[in-house]
Amino acid sequence: MAKLPKPEELLQLNYNPPPSEDWMDRPVELKQGNFCWGAKGKNLAVVEFPNARDWTPVEADWKLPKDWEGTVLEAMADRLSKYRSFKVFMDICVRCGACADKCHFFIGGGDPKNMPVLRAELMRSVYRKYFTNSGKYLGRLAGARELNLNVLKEWWYYFYQCTECRRCSVFCPYGIDTAEITMMAREFTNLLGLNTDWISGPVANCYMKGNHLGLEPHAIMNSIEGMIDDIETITGIRINPSFNRKGAEILFVTPSGDLFADPGTFTAMGYMMLFHELGLDYTWSTYASEGGNFGFFTSNEMAKRLNAKIYAEAKRLGVKYIIGGECGHMWRVLNQYMDTWNGPADFMEVPKSPITGTVFDNAASTKMIHVTEFTADLIKNGKLKLDPSRNDDLVITYHDSCNTARGMGLLDEPRYIIHNVCNKFHEMPDNTIRERTFCCGSGTGLNASENMDIRMRGGYPRANAVKHVRDKHGVNMLANICAIDRATLSASMDYWVPGVRVTGVHELVANALLMTGEKERETNLRGEPLPGKGGNE
Amino acid sequence: MSLKNILSDKKSELLASWFDRILDTYPAETAKFLRNQKDRFANPVGQTIREGIEDIFRELLQDGDIEKVSCYLDNVIRVRAVQEFTASQAVAFVFFLKSVIRDGIKDIPLTDELFHELMTLEAQIDSLALIAFDIFMQCREKLYDIKANEMKNMTYRLLQRANMITEIRDEEKDNNLIAIQKKEVKT
Repeated sequence: MAKLPKPEELLQLNYNPPPSEDWMDRPVELKQGNFCWGAKGKNLAVVEFPNARDWTPVEADWKLPKDWEGTVLEAMADRLSKYRSFKVFMDICVRCGACADKCHFFIGGGDPKNMPVLRAELMRSVYRKYFTNSGKYLGRLAGARELNLNVLKEWWYYFYQCTECRRCSVFCPYGIDTAEITMMAREFTNLLGLNTDWISGPVANCYMKGNHLGLEPHAIMNSIEGMIDDIETITGIRINPSFNRKGAEILFVTPSGDLFADPGTFTAMGYMMLFHELGLDYTWSTYASEGGNFGFFTSNEMAKRLNAKIYAEAKRLGVKYIIGGECGHMWRVLNQYMDTWNGPADFMEVPKSPITGTVFDNAASTKMIHVTEFTADLIKNGKLKLDPSRNDDLVITYHDSCNTARGMGLLDEPRYIIHNVCNKFHEMPDNTIRERTFCCGSGTGLNASENMDIRMRGGYPRANAVKHVRDKHGVNMLANICAIDRATLSASMDYWVPGVRVTGVHELVANALLMTGEKERETNLRGEPLPGKGGNE
Repeated sequence: MSLKNILSDKKSELLASWFDRILDTYPAETAKFLRNQKDRFANPVGQTIREGIEDIFRELLQDGDIEKVSCYLDNVIRVRAVQEFTASQAVAFVFFLKSVIRDGIKDIPLTDELFHELMTLEAQIDSLALIAFDIFMQCREKLYDIKANEMKNMTYRLLQRANMITEIRDEEKDNNLIAIQKKEVKT
């Protein structure tokens, strides 16, 4: 419950009448910088989504289909009957306020409708009106309201301001997962053709080409070959990865962001150097060429359709199991949904490291392990020769990506790796890491440019903690295991904490890795002189 | 007693009043949170404003140097520049200090000397406001830079690989880096 006022606070009488306008009556105002451009018709059409047409959020006419209210309410009834969790989350909230101040968008921006409780109330009020007796008969008195155009616009505006990071759910005494409420809102808006360009473009690309960027096989191979050239320049070792190879033991899947955007590319180089050193029998796929899944920010059905290619490709190639790269939401999908959507993956084996013999029982069902689980096990068993001093120019802190931390409990493996490949590491304050980690502010398809204002204020709580360790310990590198983090935290650091750069964990691994037959390295993977080399000491 | 000594004595009261004025620019529920949550990591905005105005106030009374004051102003304005404020709303908090000080000393007889000091101090606050506006603009320009850089970063490697960019080599760069760049444009 909200805290009771103290006696001295009670004495401070406020004679101003309360504002006459309730939050329900206040029409939503779409402010530039807070939302992404509307989806293009062609991208909705290609995945056969309803009401495919170009639309612009700031225009009054959203070109909605006839009886859109009926479509939404029908879908709501369907999901309420299908998902017990959704029904419980609609009914059970007692408005205790525990979540209210836990959302990075509320903390950084101050809009009360970004309090998770109030954001959820935007939908609960409609639920009450149409699906509860109290709401039907008592209306406003029971906190119910009708679904109308203003409500729909409010939903779209605020549910596309939630990154589904689930920090609020950690504090909810009832375990209400606000992310699932956002997911439902996005399902409903997608039935009306209301998605964003930044999400629907990658979804369409992924559906047609297998990855968000729409890269065709030759472009993927070409990019990886470029990285191989760089690795040869740095280490003197020529790596020869295989593509779409049948009979490989392992299929490796990573977000396509690792293939083309710095600093993700350095992480991808890191994976390849490690796998080469181990002599791992693995293959890339130019078909299952995307671990990420923007369908997950669209609808359950779309996420499932885009995810299907991973098991299909594993089956086609006949691999024993799958290793996945450093990504955030990709892992929430793989860890929590893939098995029920597209499993059982009974054509594969329980992952077993060919180097250490460790069996990853935690992935007995999905047959897919995270690359940091794999690498941490290698280090624990003393299978890697490492020289952490090669990372001595870096003072590192670690950002727990929301989905890997809260979605799958992957908290210690990345830290264990970092401790073994780097000498200088400092944690951020306790209430900003591990399960309580702050979102980068740009997840769930919010990493566009046109909404930079909200991205920056949503990223402030995280950046503020980084600033603290930069000022206190001289931290200059922010490590993480998420492709969206690698892109968006770079922008966030640039604005809030200049001087701190962003890296994937496997870039650090590869810098420290002593490879068989390598020449004396002069630079790190970024082409910068190693500590003690190039006169930078 | 000089004005600055008076203000120094009333420091905590004046800062509380200034803080309240700034919080009034946020919705009531938000202001409550910004005021009551004292953990700087749980409430970075509230604490940044609280600490920021304290630093600015201290420097103002000490006739502190511009660089320090700019840094303190930056901490607060960097936050308000990305919140839902217009430019004038974002920097107006500097002007709030004038009325906070006038209200704070209203019970003290205003001698000629005090009045002169007050005018000088208010002129200094006006100067702070001008600096604040510069900082606000720097923050907004930084946002546009970030947007442009993100677009460049997303497409740069693709364009390289598509042979659409040939980079002019920087002779002074480290040899390895040049070698990497050569290979990147080769394919």
